Amino acid sequence: MSWATIVALAAGAYAFKAAGVFLGARLPTTGRPAALVALVPAALFAGIIVQQSIGDGSAAIVATRVLGVAVGGVAVWRKAPLFVVIVVAATVTAVARLTLGA
Amino acid sequence: MKRHDDGPIKPPRPVRDGVALAAAVGVVGVVFGVLARSAGLSVAQACAMSLLVFTGASQFAAVGIVGAGGSGAAAVGSALLLAARNTLYGPVVERWFRRDRVVVRAALAQVVIDESTGVGAAQTTDADRRRGFIATGIGVYVLWNLGTLVGAVAGDLVGDLERWGLDAAFPASFVALLAPHLRHRPGRVAACSAAAIAVATVPVLPVGVPILLTAVGAAVALIDAERRAGFEPATEDAP
Repeated sequence: MSWATIVALAAGAYAFKAAGVFLGARLPTTGRPAALVALVPAALFAGIIVQQSIGDGSAAIVATRVLGVAVGGVAVWRKAPLFVVIVVAATVTAVARLTLGA
Repeated sequence: MKRHDDGPIKPPRPVRDGVALAAAVGVVGVVFGVLARSAGLSVAQACAMSLLVFTGASQFAAVGIVGAGGSGAAAVGSALLLAARNTLYGPVVERWFRRDRVVVRAALAQVVIDESTGVGAAQTTDADRRRGFIATGIGVYVLWNLGTLVGAVAGDLVGDLERWGLDAAFPASFVALLAPHLRHRPGRVAACSAAAIAVATVPVLPVGVPILLTAVGAAVALIDAERRAGFEPATEDAP
């Protein structure tokens, strides 16, 4: 990879982040735009969960990953701290793969 | 919409959760360092990417494409498609730092990513949102870069990400970060619509695009809320 590619990536990635922050400052803080902004995290995080759960990998990799995420979800429901959720999800998935030879 | 401080699910503690996420991200950073070297990047280039680009999914995409023999332009295109969602986080995060100076906001913009926005937005007060965002943003930045350096220098000590189940840890983290948003109906509608959009589009559209499309779920939830309430604009303390 050339340094020019890295510089282009860095400039582009920062431009996206900064555009959101500085253009966002021009959005009204009440009414519909504000209500929409407040709902963006719920929508994007749900999308990220789906994308990262089923996005890539063989059937066995995806199935064991979904199992880990589901058990992690139970930990969330049982009000476990985030650290516990992370460890539970990774451990369940790792053990399931070891067992299945996936 | 108003604040719900007494719901069934306790909001994540901002700093503790930021550190937990940062630790997991640090391990993935090691994997990135290893992959970057195997794709032909120098140690300096791998570290420069994590310091300057600092968007995990984009970095993996770029290195993967170059490693597979793709052009620099293809790498930049795919990587930036994945980075575009950070623009949508800007307006969410900007409210917590509105009173800060431009230079502070310009610096904070570099750490506007899934994890920092997630921990921030899961809190119930602006002070905690700021705390959660900063702790996660800086924690992830430091450990992602440290991990990259270790991976780039030490080579293939970690092995496959998938062997450790870390690929399940991140979606599970976002289940935890999504939970506080599900306490009120608009959040639930947004999440369910977005999940449906993602299920339908992830298998068929280029990586990066489905996440951008899920933002439509927020609009669906707003329309639903307005239909039920008559038009009653929500205020900025939601959710």
